[in-house]
Amino acid sequence: MTRLRSLAGLLLLLGTVFATLLGGTAASPAQAATCAAADPTLPYIVEGTLLNNGETPLKGVQVNLTGNGVDACVLSDENGYFMLTVAKPAKYTVSIETSTLPAGVGVDPADQASQAVDLTVTSDQGVIFPLGKVADTSVSIWAQLADRLFNGLNMGLLLALASIGISLIFGTTGFSNFAHGDMVSLGAMLTWFMTQILGWPILAAGAVAIVAVGASAYLQDAAIWRPLRRRRLGLNQMMIVSIGFSIVFRYLILIFFGGETKDLGSSTEPVAWMAPITTTSTSLIGMGISAVALAGVALFLTKTRIGKATRAVSDNSSLAASTGIDVERIIRIVWILAGLLTGIAGVLWGLRYQANWSTGFDILLLLFAATTLGGLGTSLGTAVGAIIIGLVVETSALVIPTDLTYASALFILILVLLVRPQGILGKKQRLG
Amino acid sequence: MDLIVALQSSFGELITAGTAAFVLCAIGLAIHFGFTGLLNFGQAAFAAVGAYGYAIAALDFKAPLVLSVLFGLLCAVIFAVLLGIPTLRLRADYLAIVTIAAAQVFKFVATSSAITDPSGNVITGGAEGLSEFGGTFYSLNPVPAGEYQVFGNSLTQDQIWVDIVGWLLVVVCALLTYFLTRSPWGRALKGIREDEDAVRSLGKNVYLYKMQALILGGCMAALGGMVFVINSQTVQPTVWGTNFTFTIWTVLLLGGATTVLGPIAGGVVFFTLFAFIQKVLEGLVAIHWMGSLTIPQVGQIRLILVGLALMLLVIFRPQGLFGNKKETLFNG
Amino acid sequence: MANEIAKGPAAPGVAKVDPILVADGVRREFGGLVAVDVEHLEIPRGKITALIGPNGAGKTTLFNLLTGFDKPNTGKWTFQGRDLAGVPAFKVARIGMVRTFQLTKALSLLTVLDNMRLGAKHQPGESLLRALVRPLWRKREAEITVAAEELLKRFKLDAKSDDFAASLSGGQRKLLEMARALMSKPVLVMLDEPMAGVNPALTQSLLEHIKGLKDDGTTVLFVEHDMHMVRHISDWVIVMAEGRIVAEGPPNEVMKNPAVIDAYLGAHHDSDLGADKIAKEAN
Ligand SMILES: Nc1ncnc2c1ncn2[C@@H]1O[C@H](COP(=O)(O)OP(=O)(O)O)[C@@H](O)[C@H]1O
Ligand SMILES: [Mg+2]
Repeated sequence: MTRLRSLAGLLLLLGTVFATLLGGTAASPAQAATCAAADPTLPYIVEGTLLNNGETPLKGVQVNLTGNGVDACVLSDENGYFMLTVAKPAKYTVSIETSTLPAGVGVDPADQASQAVDLTVTSDQGVIFPLGKVADTSVSIWAQLADRLFNGLNMGLLLALASIGISLIFGTTGFSNFAHGDMVSLGAMLTWFMTQILGWPILAAGAVAIVAVGASAYLQDAAIWRPLRRRRLGLNQMMIVSIGFSIVFRYLILIFFGGETKDLGSSTEPVAWMAPITTTSTSLIGMGISAVALAGVALFLTKTRIGKATRAVSDNSSLAASTGIDVERIIRIVWILAGLLTGIAGVLWGLRYQANWSTGFDILLLLFAATTLGGLGTSLGTAVGAIIIGLVVETSALVIPTDLTYASALFILILVLLVRPQGILGKKQRLG
Repeated sequence: MDLIVALQSSFGELITAGTAAFVLCAIGLAIHFGFTGLLNFGQAAFAAVGAYGYAIAALDFKAPLVLSVLFGLLCAVIFAVLLGIPTLRLRADYLAIVTIAAAQVFKFVATSSAITDPSGNVITGGAEGLSEFGGTFYSLNPVPAGEYQVFGNSLTQDQIWVDIVGWLLVVVCALLTYFLTRSPWGRALKGIREDEDAVRSLGKNVYLYKMQALILGGCMAALGGMVFVINSQTVQPTVWGTNFTFTIWTVLLLGGATTVLGPIAGGVVFFTLFAFIQKVLEGLVAIHWMGSLTIPQVGQIRLILVGLALMLLVIFRPQGLFGNKKETLFNG
Repeated sequence: MANEIAKGPAAPGVAKVDPILVADGVRREFGGLVAVDVEHLEIPRGKITALIGPNGAGKTTLFNLLTGFDKPNTGKWTFQGRDLAGVPAFKVARIGMVRTFQLTKALSLLTVLDNMRLGAKHQPGESLLRALVRPLWRKREAEITVAAEELLKRFKLDAKSDDFAASLSGGQRKLLEMARALMSKPVLVMLDEPMAGVNPALTQSLLEHIKGLKDDGTTVLFVEHDMHMVRHISDWVIVMAEGRIVAEGPPNEVMKNPAVIDAYLGAHHDSDLGADKIAKEAN
């Protein structure tokens, strides 16, 4: 694996390229005086990437390798990557120096902090340290719960922004878009590119990214979905097309932006007055923006003529058409709106959690759980569903391992389908 | 660049058990989607469940070969039932959503080191997965030891054994599917694909048929998963992602979803093209025709082509390359 | 006539001499809309009963409820004395109460003959395990094929038997759907607008088929807009409007009932009720 990654330019959908710029970010491996760099000429390798919660890279964490007369150490680089090399095949022990982990982060389960590796069977052994927020026993369970609930609300607001788009598109066209999550990734990656590579201020970068995602949504509808609707392609067929498109979309993002998880440069300083809740000023502002955007959508759908027409189309599109509503125009507006909202979600998600090329696809599970829980096709229900999902995913970390919290969303999804498949606010479908 | 050489070595890859594994999964998906209309977007997870089940039975229970295989199949049956119960009474979307979600969660669970046996070992082996579980399989190998030249590729007796078993399973599953889909049972499945309410109004237990189809197709995928891992004797979580599932979909739709030979033909065409395109793209990179693209990015471009192929097939040739236009599967 | 079928004077919910289907308090709401609210309903055995009413009256919804395709908010009903509330649709069909759909559900990618075969009951080959052993189902398959071909001939679809159902015209699909429903030799067939979209040349033979069913001892309940048809073939007419049953009786009496004229025509009081025009108005 090479440490030097070249960055290709900037993706825009289906041949529309806004800007191209070739730049190089050389990942400078962080080396502290006490740990020497691994000798790349030695043939036996132990390597890994330290990710907090499986997503955020941890830099500068010390990893030790001992055994067979060797005692080496190395610090993880900004991608969380570390590599240790030895000359002889033997059994070694790799351990993480837990004192070098950021506060509140620990190895979970703790016995995994030290692991045996056997370099007699392979010359290149990957090691994974499961890292996550550890329950700090000095903090009361209530304080932890408050923290989780607050962060769950934060996640729920972001999920709501992204999943309302799925819901609106489903409502007006009847089709579940499996490529929706990738717009989240696009928003985050564009923001990263503009802030970290071009050096733009975050407000400008975020605004441009949101508009660009909105534009990409318009293009997706115009180039793919509208022609397919006109061909009267079946809904199941459309779903498969959306899966194919999602693969194309995702790998284009990968090719243009590279595979590393990106830090969008948001503050990591906890806001003191919120204690015991740990949050950052970026997150707080992001939550404010999400809340305003969601309120805006609610007003748009209930108060404006176009919003009312949108709901009429969702209710019964042929009836709406017969009352003179231009259904195609409504669908176009819905796509743009969905793109803008998902763009906001992408920017804020990237700032809050960091992001990579497949972030949006990874959270698709949460988005569909939210829309199903709320009732496919109902925007208000979706927002409520999203917030519930966010709260459950975050608080479930108190009882299940952090790397399995997303599974709680699947659990809810299945539970909803068993008990109330039309969702909290959905209606039953009709039969000829 | 030498196109002939590229083609020849592509053909060599074609007859490997890896292709057979995908074809098995695609036959299973043909039962799900082609014959019953079930949108299973998590076929990779069925394959993974089979592979892990097999490996765990062989390693932890020291089970003999037949029991290991049966245990892998049993796991797939349970997985199918768990996913089927909440979704098969509902619209097609819900199965799609739940299967794709379950496949993702399965990867998390397999990667996690949280689920351990009483002695503290991670049951799924965590991110490193499980390995060295093929002993009972290779001990039955009747192929004499040696190096064999097959279509310009040099294979060991063990590789030959895996390839033979893989393709034998393809033949068995294809025949099974052939006979089943020509029976009244298969007729009911096709009826459900066309309109499940109509079939219900004729007194058929649609839910049961769908469940049977999901289980049967899932078991074939589980066999595919076992074939897929037995060559390297390692099973790791990262393999079983969406790329795996939608490669299966592309294979199926290439060949035509409503025929028994479709998945086989699709597999042959897909993997020939897949390997061939890789070689061509690598060749183009080598002579700097692809701009600043690197070899790993070529692999990514190849996946983009898979995605594109999936889209274009569904839109323009839903009956597959060899299917009959009249039998176009999707009718709105 | 009323005396033959009903126990008392014709009125909504009147008890029948020999009811095959009895419903009580069946109510279904969609959101705030009450789609069906039937206090009491009896369907006479061995007769042809027409269910009429303007669009949106709740006829299809009532069919869905009675056959287990939808669940009522409240209500009970029995078929040949057997309680059917909560029984799944496929079991309702197995008991002998088979319905067709207003929007035709021909199975497009099955041949016409396979559509028919699918309608037959007691097929050992429909179980997964036996399906693999052809000798276990070959005999039954031959029997149902003969039965299917006979019915197809009767419905003048025999020339099409090897074509995909997708290639049939709209009217032919209606015929196929009806013929398919008869494959299981039902006790009660419920036809939702069997004549809609069938060309006039075919309607006459369709009417004959329905009459023929009665001669074979099958009870028929059908939804229809066209009063003309209704008058010719039905023994009993039930009129629905806004989810309720507003009138019942022998065809000629019902047509004169002011409540029916009201329900059907709204403002158009002056129109003549036997005309085909009514069907158009109602649509
Ligand atoms: N699934 C449903 N959701 C909402 N409203 C429905 C549904 N099915 C039927 N309706 C409404 O119930 C009423 C009765 O419909 P229906 O039974 O189809 O009438 P008919 O068959 O007599 O024309 C109509 O107003 C219709 O719009
Ligand atoms: Mg109707």
